[in-house]
Amino acid sequence: MSSPLLAVRDLNIALKGGGGIHSAVEDVSFEIGRGEAFGLVGESGCGKSITALAVMGLLRRPLSLGGGRILLDGQEIQNASAAEMRRLRGSRIAMIFQEPMTALNPLSPVGRQIAEMFVLHQGTGWTEAMDRAEDALRQVRVPSPERRIKDYPHQLSGGMRQRVMIAIALACGPDLLIADEPTTALDVTVQSEIIDLMAELCAAKGTAILMISHDLGLVANMCRRVAVMYAGRIVEAQPAQAIFATPRHPYTRGLVDSLPRLGERAKRGRQRLREIAGVVPSIAAYPAGCRFNPRCSAVTDICRTTAPAITPLPADGLVRCHHHG
Amino acid sequence: MRLGANTYVGGALVGLALSVAILAPWIALYDPVMDANLMNAELPPSREFPFGTDAQGRDIFSRIVYGSRISLTVGIVSQMCNSLIGVTLGLTAGFWGGWWDDLVSGLTNLMLAIPSLVFALAIMAILGPGLLSLVIALGLTAWSYSCRIARAQVLSLKSQGYIQAARILGYGDLRIMFTQVLPNILGPLIVIATLGMGGAILSEAALSFLGLGIRPPFPSWGSMLSEARDTIRSAPWLSVFPGLAIFFTVLGLNLLGDGLRDVLDPQSTTRRA
Amino acid sequence: MAEPLLTLQDLAVHFQVGSAFGGGVRTLKAVDGVDLDVAPGECLGLVGESGCGKSTLALSIMGLVPPTRGQVRLNGHELSKRERMATARTVQMVFQDPYASLNPRQTVRRTLADPLRLHGIANRTEVDHRVMDMLAKVGLRPDHADRYPHEFSGGQRQRIGIARALILQPKLVICDEPVSALDVSIRAQIINLLLELKDELGLAYIMISHDLGVVEHVSDRVAVMYLGRIVEQGGWQEIFEDPRHPYTRALIAAIPDPFHRADAFAKRAKAHGEIASALDPPAGCHFNPRCPLKADRCVSEVPLLEPVATGHRAACHFRERTA
Repeated sequence: MSSPLLAVRDLNIALKGGGGIHSAVEDVSFEIGRGEAFGLVGESGCGKSITALAVMGLLRRPLSLGGGRILLDGQEIQNASAAEMRRLRGSRIAMIFQEPMTALNPLSPVGRQIAEMFVLHQGTGWTEAMDRAEDALRQVRVPSPERRIKDYPHQLSGGMRQRVMIAIALACGPDLLIADEPTTALDVTVQSEIIDLMAELCAAKGTAILMISHDLGLVANMCRRVAVMYAGRIVEAQPAQAIFATPRHPYTRGLVDSLPRLGERAKRGRQRLREIAGVVPSIAAYPAGCRFNPRCSAVTDICRTTAPAITPLPADGLVRCHHHG
Repeated sequence: MRLGANTYVGGALVGLALSVAILAPWIALYDPVMDANLMNAELPPSREFPFGTDAQGRDIFSRIVYGSRISLTVGIVSQMCNSLIGVTLGLTAGFWGGWWDDLVSGLTNLMLAIPSLVFALAIMAILGPGLLSLVIALGLTAWSYSCRIARAQVLSLKSQGYIQAARILGYGDLRIMFTQVLPNILGPLIVIATLGMGGAILSEAALSFLGLGIRPPFPSWGSMLSEARDTIRSAPWLSVFPGLAIFFTVLGLNLLGDGLRDVLDPQSTTRRA
Repeated sequence: MAEPLLTLQDLAVHFQVGSAFGGGVRTLKAVDGVDLDVAPGECLGLVGESGCGKSTLALSIMGLVPPTRGQVRLNGHELSKRERMATARTVQMVFQDPYASLNPRQTVRRTLADPLRLHGIANRTEVDHRVMDMLAKVGLRPDHADRYPHEFSGGQRQRIGIARALILQPKLVICDEPVSALDVSIRAQIINLLLELKDELGLAYIMISHDLGVVEHVSDRVAVMYLGRIVEQGGWQEIFEDPRHPYTRALIAAIPDPFHRADAFAKRAKAHGEIASALDPPAGCHFNPRCPLKADRCVSEVPLLEPVATGHRAACHFRERTA
């Protein structure tokens, strides 16, 4: 197999603050192949978003890279200069965020913001760039793009704005699209359309996706492989369907079991939901050993003292649990 | 919780001014009014008269010590009036909205458009000089800042869930304003009040300087400056020391106000159980 | 059938937006002719997306927004004749955001005790007793009483929010997206708690949510709202097994299905385009621009909420067509 598009190896990210240095992300490794859709799932504060920021070279104080390597096409980029990273962003790696309103310039028409990408990264003239911006809007299925091109972000609905963000992100045909909770702020019916659109466009252009979300179902629906993060570590990675069918880590199993799934009640009647006990630990108070141990139903002594090692699973999967069964 | 050095310096200066005012009879070396002696007129600072003497031979140090009582009284009392008026208007305007809000906002803008000193001058002209008129004049003319801040804070809080919840639990408007809203907007209001006290002390000085404030022979820092006007070249200590007293007190209040801004943020206390 | 606890009759809440200067005043029909009732001890799921009017509906049940038309009857009393304090003791609310819904300057004890005193329970021991009892009911420890909200996690805060809603012993609790702001691994705890309290205290709920999994799990009956109108309502089984309004089907189809079990259904049923603005809703059936079944009639004629089976009604000209 040729080298993966993106390889993250033993990534560590440190957070300074509260009178100490905390490990916000610890030994995170994953690979994304060309054109592959990969999902990173976890709750708020688990480190999934800052992992993405590290890949983009956007870690800022109080966060800093504590170690590990990030390879794009086999080339290390974790120490690339600011200028090199700027060239990479937009042209080879693009990103879309949860709230498009904050990522778009409110004072510039959306067409111009898309066209800027062509001018900036491909040296196109403005006239041609504006034509291509209109095409880009058509591709993301914004109705009547010839008129919308002159609209300002506030004149568009949330879903339309996210489409514009996708158009900007995909403008220069990047190899990798990082999508950080791209639909969390949207309504459910709009969400499913945006997800479909993103998957379709990326498949057509051969763009790989790193999808970041708290919604396991959403990610599993779109991605081939999924990694689950808890408290700064990847605890399990498996092909999407396997993670639902045979979750191996107690946390993943808990997530899959705890949410009411449509159709369950009709089949089995109303069962009490299986709870995951306790609360999500704060970064300053990660427990020793396995970080899930205070909430785990299968906890034993070793879980409280020793961090579990990675056990490989078939199909590039892994699980980080002393009692994976 | 960590406090900046500025806050300590500010607190120390304000504390010093307050203790001087309270302990004036024990600190002062002479009587500020009665111990006039033309033989000692306009003496420069010496061991006997640490800050020198004025044209009537009175000890400047003692007059500044007693003057602090007037300056601080005017500063604190008039700012309390301003805060009371401003917060009441701002709180109700922001909370109720509608025509009341329009009226209060209009009035606030009017007050902001006219320099408050000019307003105070007019009131002083009607009431005549004196401590009470000073407090009234300054206490009625500088509430617009507190009012604006209070109103803006209420507007941003009004849609919070706990305000809604209080309504749903049957709380009346006044109860919501005083138990749910006011405690949560107190921080910035205290900051504004502290800064406003400094402003009021300066205004007192200005009015007294113009001869509309405290009537001689009683000392206030402003009236002392006013009396020193003619001798600023020949006997600079007459104006320098009252000027420094005003400067350090107002500086202290401003530093303290800025420091309190950070302290009074509710999230800056301990986190997590 | 027992006397309903809550009855909405042709309820409409319209807002005037914009100013008289430039642009002119427009009418926002946040809620536009809603009929609904909730029986004691029943859980009604209210489903809809942003701008559908579910929050306004909740506020007008609480008496915080006056209806433009129609009636809100609680325990048989019309809103205008209801006494505020009595309303507070009958219907309460749990909010979405556990961070903004607790007063940061009040301890848990004060948050729970003040309403009791306000409602005339002056005896200190009784107030204390009821506060402690309520804390235990929502799964908090007695020593939590003297802490401030920022000392709690999101899930614990939501427990406090639930305790506050139940402290006056209401009959009906409106839960406005009670778990959507919580961490995923915490949600099951709160849903279980709400269901336990419902059984223990005989509460009726209006469960407002866009999460159909949650709604199906907790509801006895479900109403689906779109741009101010109820487009379908019925028992939970009918709504989820035999949805008759294309919008209900679109909502179900929008749920991610990792096993792709129902791909064909999803393809047919998904809605396209965006939700229209409530300021300028489409003529006829508000859903028509996004509807796969759209016909001329849908633009010219507003479909009424009409029965498809006992207790199951849908507002669609093609409600007889099954998916």
